[in-house]
Amino acid sequence: MRILVVDDEEDIQPLFKQRFRREIRSGEVTFDFALLGEDALRYLESGDSRVVLILSDINMPGMSGLELLQRIRGAHGTAPPFVMMITAYDDESSRAQSISLGADDFLTKPLDFNLLKQKLNNLETHG
Amino acid sequence: MLLEPLFGLFLINFLSKRIDAQKVGYDVYRYAVAGRYIAVGLLALDVVTDSFLVQSGIRLCIYTLMWLVYVRPELRAGRGFMYSMLPYMAISLVSDIVRLANTGFYRAHDDIFESAELFGLLWFGAMWFVNRSQRRALEKERQKREAEEARSRVMAEMKVSLEAEVAQRTSELLKQKEELETTLEELRRTQDQLIQSEKMASLGELTAGIAHEIQNPLNFVNNFSEVSVELLEELKSGPFTELPANSREEAEEIVADLTQNLEKISFHGKRADGIVKSMLQHSRTSAGSKEVIDINALTDEYLRLSYHGLRAKDKGFNASMETDLEVDLHPVSVVAQDLGRVLLNLFNNAFYSVSEKKKAVGGDFQPVVRVSTRNTRWMDGRDAIEITVHDNGMGIPKAILDKIYQPFFTTKPTGQGTGLGLSMSYDIIHKMHGGEMHVESEEGQYATFIITIPVS
Repeated sequence: MRILVVDDEEDIQPLFKQRFRREIRSGEVTFDFALLGEDALRYLESGDSRVVLILSDINMPGMSGLELLQRIRGAHGTAPPFVMMITAYDDESSRAQSISLGADDFLTKPLDFNLLKQKLNNLETHG
Repeated sequence: MLLEPLFGLFLINFLSKRIDAQKVGYDVYRYAVAGRYIAVGLLALDVVTDSFLVQSGIRLCIYTLMWLVYVRPELRAGRGFMYSMLPYMAISLVSDIVRLANTGFYRAHDDIFESAELFGLLWFGAMWFVNRSQRRALEKERQKREAEEARSRVMAEMKVSLEAEVAQRTSELLKQKEELETTLEELRRTQDQLIQSEKMASLGELTAGIAHEIQNPLNFVNNFSEVSVELLEELKSGPFTELPANSREEAEEIVADLTQNLEKISFHGKRADGIVKSMLQHSRTSAGSKEVIDINALTDEYLRLSYHGLRAKDKGFNASMETDLEVDLHPVSVVAQDLGRVLLNLFNNAFYSVSEKKKAVGGDFQPVVRVSTRNTRWMDGRDAIEITVHDNGMGIPKAILDKIYQPFFTTKPTGQGTGLGLSMSYDIIHKMHGGEMHVESEEGQYATFIITIPVS
């Protein structure tokens, strides 16, 4: 499974790599990272990626996570990827907005990696 | 011709002007007119007859009139006039008697009698003139006095009305002064409240800002420490097994220390995370809407919740709960969830305080937490409700009374309180419900928190 993680915090990358060390080694998952919404969009539009899951933060400089979501959902011709948004602990309004814009699931900060792994397993088995 | 009828006429005229008909109780005018006619009649009779008998009769009439003036009190005003007539009357009487008794003697000395009569006449004239001047002077004086009296009466009236006006003004001023003092007092109170709430508001905003800023780095601390523990586990179960025995033991020791350190980092990171969450909750705009709820039921529910929560942690703890809830509370709109948080906070503090006192004092100390509700009035006269939470625990020292609502201020040991409970409660009551929350306490004796919420 190819996962695109969009977050302006660079340190999220080693965290994901370390948390999914075994899964990456075994080839179960592949991570790609984008620091900006624009980068993510460009990456997706390049066409050769076979991303099925996008994990996106909401508060980012430039294009916000919500805008990115809107752009992804607005694009035609490509298979719609599964989009999981990462929202702040108490940010009910972003959550509601994400739903209306077509997000598939949520994660709240601080990231619970066990929960994320569980969700990925479910996605693999059922989705 | 006799002059007596003329004197009589003058006297009657004089009297008729000076007698007050209202005081004497008879018709002066009628008597005066009758007297005048009689006098004129007598004068005419004297002129026509020139008889001694008639003249004697006339004199008798005049004497009678003079006698009346002398004896009747209401005719007293005529006495002066009457006295001025006396010399002439006496001389003419004497001369008549002498003429009757000894005409020869009279004839021999008639010039003396005539001179005497003339003297009497002059005397009358002089006296009349003097009396008249005196009377006029007196009259002037009387008028002056009357004017003065009238003036002083007016002055007295003015004085009375002025005094009344001054008294009225004074009472008005006093009333205004009292009103001003009350207003000033209210203003001071409001100012204090404004300063306090402004302070709290800026602290609250600052708190929320800090919390947001801290949250992300803190998440990394927690996540990296957790993933590090996992990595160490993998290291132990994987590559470690291939190490030679002597270096493996040391490596395992180091890994154990590292694991412990990471656990510590994780533990304290989670602690900080808890604080950050409390801080965010503090600034969170409530999702709940205001509605009229049963405040008594809410109070009772949270009192029990708090008590059983504490009992779950400390089985030995016991305290008596007292409730005094007003049956017919005014319907105030509240955000039930938030008011619940405030009450839970106050109850937790109260139970904590009494349990601390029990630990410190022990023995006979009976921990009591009492909650009461009642109807009251808001400052502007609106209906309001009052919730009072009282405990007989440790109380609050005077020195820290003005700090208890500040975020992060706590007297609890590290790790047991975030110092955000009262700060949050203050915000919920003041900002969200437009109410008021204040505390009364005596160190070592009691603490009473009083919440007032007006109907919106």
